[in-house]
Amino acid sequence: MSSRAGYLSVTLASLRKDPLGMMGLIIVVVILLTSIFASQLAPHDPLEVDVYNRLQNPTWHHWLGTDQLGRDVLSRVLFGGRIALKVALVAISVSLGIGLLLGMMAGFGPVWLDRLLVVCFDTLRSFPTIMFALAIVALTGPSLNTVIGVIIITSIPVYARIVRTQTQALRDNDFILAERAMGASTSRILGHHILPNIAAPLLILASMDVPAVVGMEAGLSFLGLGVSPPTASWGSILNDGYSYLRNSPWPIIAGGIPLILVTLGFTFLGESLRDILDPKLRRKGGET
Amino acid sequence: MLKFTARRALLALIILILAVSLLFAMIHMMPGDPASVILGPKASPALKAELSQRMGLDQPLLVQLSRFYADLARGDLGVDVFSDREVSDIVFEQLPYTLALVLTAIGGATLLGVPLGCFSAIRRNSLLDRVTAVMSVAFIAVPSFVVALYLLLLLAVKLRWFPAMGAGADGDVADQARHLVLPAIALGLGWVGYIARLVRASMLEVMEDNHIRTARAFGLPERTIIVHYALRIAILPTVTILGLGIGSMLSGALFAEIVFSRPGIGKLLHEAVITRNYPVVMGSVLVTTAFFVLSTFVSDIINAALDPRLRESGKSS
Repeated sequence: MSSRAGYLSVTLASLRKDPLGMMGLIIVVVILLTSIFASQLAPHDPLEVDVYNRLQNPTWHHWLGTDQLGRDVLSRVLFGGRIALKVALVAISVSLGIGLLLGMMAGFGPVWLDRLLVVCFDTLRSFPTIMFALAIVALTGPSLNTVIGVIIITSIPVYARIVRTQTQALRDNDFILAERAMGASTSRILGHHILPNIAAPLLILASMDVPAVVGMEAGLSFLGLGVSPPTASWGSILNDGYSYLRNSPWPIIAGGIPLILVTLGFTFLGESLRDILDPKLRRKGGET
Repeated sequence: MLKFTARRALLALIILILAVSLLFAMIHMMPGDPASVILGPKASPALKAELSQRMGLDQPLLVQLSRFYADLARGDLGVDVFSDREVSDIVFEQLPYTLALVLTAIGGATLLGVPLGCFSAIRRNSLLDRVTAVMSVAFIAVPSFVVALYLLLLLAVKLRWFPAMGAGADGDVADQARHLVLPAIALGLGWVGYIARLVRASMLEVMEDNHIRTARAFGLPERTIIVHYALRIAILPTVTILGLGIGSMLSGALFAEIVFSRPGIGKLLHEAVITRNYPVVMGSVLVTTAFFVLSTFVSDIINAALDPRLRESGKSS
C-alpha cells in the first residue's frame, strides 16, 4: 500500500512542475465536481420552462441567459456535464474491459485465433465511426444507450489492438518464460505479469479518449440522435442554440465552452501523465 | 512489392465485404421489419406486403444478401424509398461537394502545418514552437462541430464576412470558394496541429542524420539544407498520414456540412437517417466505408513503398 501511495505522490510532484499538466488536472477536477454537484450548484431547474423570458441575454438571474423555452442555460450546462461524464465512464470502462480481454487473447493465444480476431478488429475499424453511429441510430432510434453502445463497439478494436501489440511484446520476455517454466498457468501469467505491465499506459490512453467520447455523445445529441428532449446534454444545448442562432448566440457559446474545456483538460493531463509515467511512449506519439 | 500489394488488396477486399455484410445483417436483425418502419404504424398489411416484396424483404436472408451483392457488382445500390431515384445517382451527385470540402481542408492543413512544424523544429523551444505545441494539442481533439458553430456565429452571422449556408451558385467558382472557407477551416483545423507535430518530430530526427552533417560540411546554405535535404525526407510520414486523413475526413465532413447547410454525403446520410430511408443510409455508408478502406489501403502501400522493412514483415498497423 505504502509503495503505491509513494508512486502517486511522486507522480503528483512531477505534475506540479508541468504547468499545462497542472492546468489540465484543475480543469478535470472542476468539471468532475460541477457535474457531481450539479443539483446543488444549479441556480434553476434545468427543465423549468419560462416562456415569458425566452432567449434572454445573461443577467444576474440567468448567468448564461435562457434558451428558446426560457430554460436557464447555466443549469442545463451543469446537468449536461453529468450526461457527458456518465457516457464517458460507462463506454470507456466497458470497452476497455472487453478490449483488454480480446487483446490478450489475440496476443497470447494460438495464431489462428490471433488472425481471426485481427480481421474482426479491422472490420469494425473500417467503418468511419460517425457514419457507423448514424447507421445504427437509424435502425434503433435515438437514445443515450444506443450512443453508449456505438462508442463501445467502435472503441473495443482500438484498445484490443493496443493490448495485443503490448502483450506480444511482453510474451517473449525471459521473465514470462521463467514463470512458465515454473509451471504458472496462462491466467496467472496474464493476470499477474502481463496486465500490471500494460495497465498504466492503457489507463492514460483511456483518459485521453475521454474528449473523443464526450465529443461523440455531444455530436450525436447535436444531430438530434442522442439524448431525447428535454434532457440537457452539451450537444442538445448546441442543437437548440443552432436553431435559434439568429435570436441569441448565448446557448451556443455556453454549450461549446464545456466541450472545449473537457478536451483541453483531459488532453493536457493525459499528455503530462504519459510523459511522467512512460517517457518511451512520447517518442512514438502514443500510436502503435 | 507486387506480392505485398496483392495481399493488402485482398485483405482490404475481405474487410470491405465483411463490413458490408455486417451492415446488411444489422438492418435485417432489427426488431420490426423495415417496411413497417418506413410506412409507419398505420400502414395497411397489404401496403406493407407490397413494399416488402418490392424491396425483396420477403426472401430468406441469404437470398437477399446474395442478391444485394449481385446488384452491388453491377453498381446498383437500390432505389430511394421516397423519390424512386437510383441511390447510386443520389450518392454520386452529392460526393463531389464532400470531396471538394475534404480536399480543401486537407490541402489547407498541409500548407499551414508543414511550414509550422518545420519552423518549430528549426527554432526549437522558441515562442513559435511552444505556441504551436500547445495549440496543436488543443485543436486536435476539439470536436469539429464546435469549431464550426463558433466560426458560423462569429464570422458568418456576426461579422458577415463569409456566407452562412449552402455551397454557392452553380458555375460561379469564386462564390463556391467563399462558401468553402468556413467549413474547410472547421474540418481542417485539428489537422494543422497534427501535421505540424508530425513534421516537427521527423524534422528533429532527420536533422541529426549524417547526410545533413555532410551537406553542412560542404558549406551549403542552411536554407538549401533544410528544404532540399531535410524536409524532403521528413515529410514522408506526413504523406502517408494524408491518405488516412482524407478517409476519416470524408465522414468527419458530416458536421461541417450540417452546420453550414452544405450539400454532401454527410448531409445526405443525416437526412436519410431522420426519414429512415434505409436504401440511402445503406448506400451512403457503403460508399464512405469503401473510400475509407481504400484510403487506408493506399496509405499502407505508400508506406511500404517508402519503407522496405514493412514489406518484408508484411505487417503494418
